[in-house]
Formats: sequence, structure tokens, C-alpha cells
Amino acid sequence: MDILKIGNREFKSRLMVGTGKYPSNEIMVKVLEESGAEVITVAVRRVNLDRSKESLLDYIDLKKYTLLPNTAACYTAQDAIRTAKLGREALGTELVKLEVIGDEKTLFPDNEALLEAAKVLVKEGFIVLPYTNDDPIMAKKLEDIGCAAIMPLAAPIGSGLGIRNPYNIRIIRETIKVPVIVDAGVGTASDAAIAMELGCDGLLMNTGIAGAKDPVNMAKAMKLAVEAGRLAYISGRIPKKLYATASSPIEGII
Amino acid sequence: MRYDRGREMFFSEGQGARGKGQVKIMLNGKTKDVSEDTTVLGLLNELDIKLQGIAVELNFGIVSRSKYGETILENGDKVEIVRMVGGG
Repeated sequence: MDILKIGNREFKSRLMVGTGKYPSNEIMVKVLEESGAEVITVAVRRVNLDRSKESLLDYIDLKKYTLLPNTAACYTAQDAIRTAKLGREALGTELVKLEVIGDEKTLFPDNEALLEAAKVLVKEGFIVLPYTNDDPIMAKKLEDIGCAAIMPLAAPIGSGLGIRNPYNIRIIRETIKVPVIVDAGVGTASDAAIAMELGCDGLLMNTGIAGAKDPVNMAKAMKLAVEAGRLAYISGRIPKKLYATASSPIEGII
Repeated sequence: MRYDRGREMFFSEGQGARGKGQVKIMLNGKTKDVSEDTTVLGLLNELDIKLQGIAVELNFGIVSRSKYGETILENGDKVEIVRMVGGG
């Protein structure tokens, strides 16, 4: 059985899905089902006091899914740590997808602050999954301080540009031991397959599915792509060559 | 009208107004009046917020679930109540 291990958790699905930006909660529920995801991300926000009864969790089967709270929209280590703690308290989970954003326009991470926040949270017993650049040096630093997985971006969040730097992603995979989960930037099924063929251990996406014209079918496409890419990776692809090699035998030609 | 004026006085006097029955807190970034001796649990009930999946912060420190019933809100307290929303 091909199992993804993150910290002390084990998952069969290598596709993680976000819960943001769906046309409706009903569509989100169907997307989660079709995607086969076991891990789904959520954000921590103030309760809307005018609509205090509304709760996302009413739509999510907590026995079926592992919730991964994020620290989205945090711009300092301090804010990210604070948000991580609120997420832990609200959900009773040690898991956190740690984001410290450095710039509003690109939503690229502030890696210096990320490392600082990750150190604190690891010490406090969190299972930290940091969203970071496709930078092998940073990935190694995050692994060294005890992060349970590394989540390099494929491209800017929500951009749909696909794997912008496949070579770095591959170097990251070869450099570190903990799982590499590509997070952000995947636009379509082939992007997901490429990420998995590079040897990534998993993939997290939200906009690529939620923003599609038909999110439910896109979720299915992403599931199949992740499975196909993973299978291709573990099956060992043929080397690339410039010239042809015949598939049919040369002997016995009439 | 008289009641309103009384409240105004209370707010302008701040600390000196104990015993008037109300305290002013900052809840999720907005001011709110609650009865004196209101606990975190009382506030959540008043706001009709279910306890599942929420977290409460009081003056930047997390209030653990087991302490909701015994944590009394005081004048000037900063309270944050959060829950999960959709996100990536």
C-alpha cells in the first residue's frame, strides 16, 4: 500500500483540498467527495456576529476528513503563531499549514519570518507544514528545525500557472526526507500529474478546483491526475532519448 | 432617556462606575456592553454561538474550553471569538 506519512498521521490520498471560494457549500461537499481527499484545509477567522449560527463545520464530516487549519493572511511570525494556536484550540489538532506572507500582490512567503514561526510552533508540539518557495535551501532549513512536511509553491497562489520550476521541485525532493507537498499554483490536471511525476509526495490545491467552471468534475480530474502521476513516478519512466527505438522486432521482416 | 444618560456617565467614568451593572468589552474588534459578571460561556450563549469548532482569546491569550464558565469578563477586555471558514 502506497501510504503518505506526515508526522504520526497516515493517508491513502495524496491530494489535499482547500475549502475556500466554492460557489456554494453544497458544491464544496461534492468536491471533497469526488477528490478523494482525506486532508482538507480551513482558515481561522473571527465569528461573524451577525450570522453567528453559520458554521463551515456543519458541512464537513469530521469523522471522514482530517482538518488542516492554515495561517493564511498572516504577515508576521507573531500573527501566524497566534493564528496557529487559535486553530489548535478550535479543532483540537496539532496540524498546521503555516503561512507567513511577505507580499500582498504575489502572496509569496516571507521565509525569514516563516522559519522563525516554524521554530516556535515545532517546540510547542505542532505538526508544522510550512508553505514556502520552491527553494531547496529553505526546504532543508525547515526540515532541520523539525517541520513534518515541506509545501513548496508551484506558482503564486491562485495563479494556475502550474509547476514553474520543476527542477527546483525535484532538487527539493532529493534534498530532504520529509514529504514534499506541492501547494499553490496548480491550474489543471496535467500540472498535478507533473508534480507527482517529479516525485512529490502530495499536492494541495484550492483555486484550481474551486475556480473551475465545473468544480466537481475538476476535483475528479485532479484525483485521477494525482493518482496517475504518482503511479508513473513509482513505476519508473523510460529515459528520454533524441532518436527512435523501434517497438516492433527487426527480425522476421518479410 | 434617563437610563441612557446613566449609561453615558458610566462609560465616561470608566473604572469608577462599578456596580452599575455593565462592563464594556472589545469583541472581535467592536465595542460591546455586557452585564457585570458575564463569563465567556455566558457571552457565547448570549451570542448564540455553539462551542464546537471555536476558539476564544482574551487579551491575546487563549481561554481553554474548560475555563469558559469561570472566566469573568472585565471592563476593557479584548475578546476574540474565532471559528473555521473556507480556505486553502
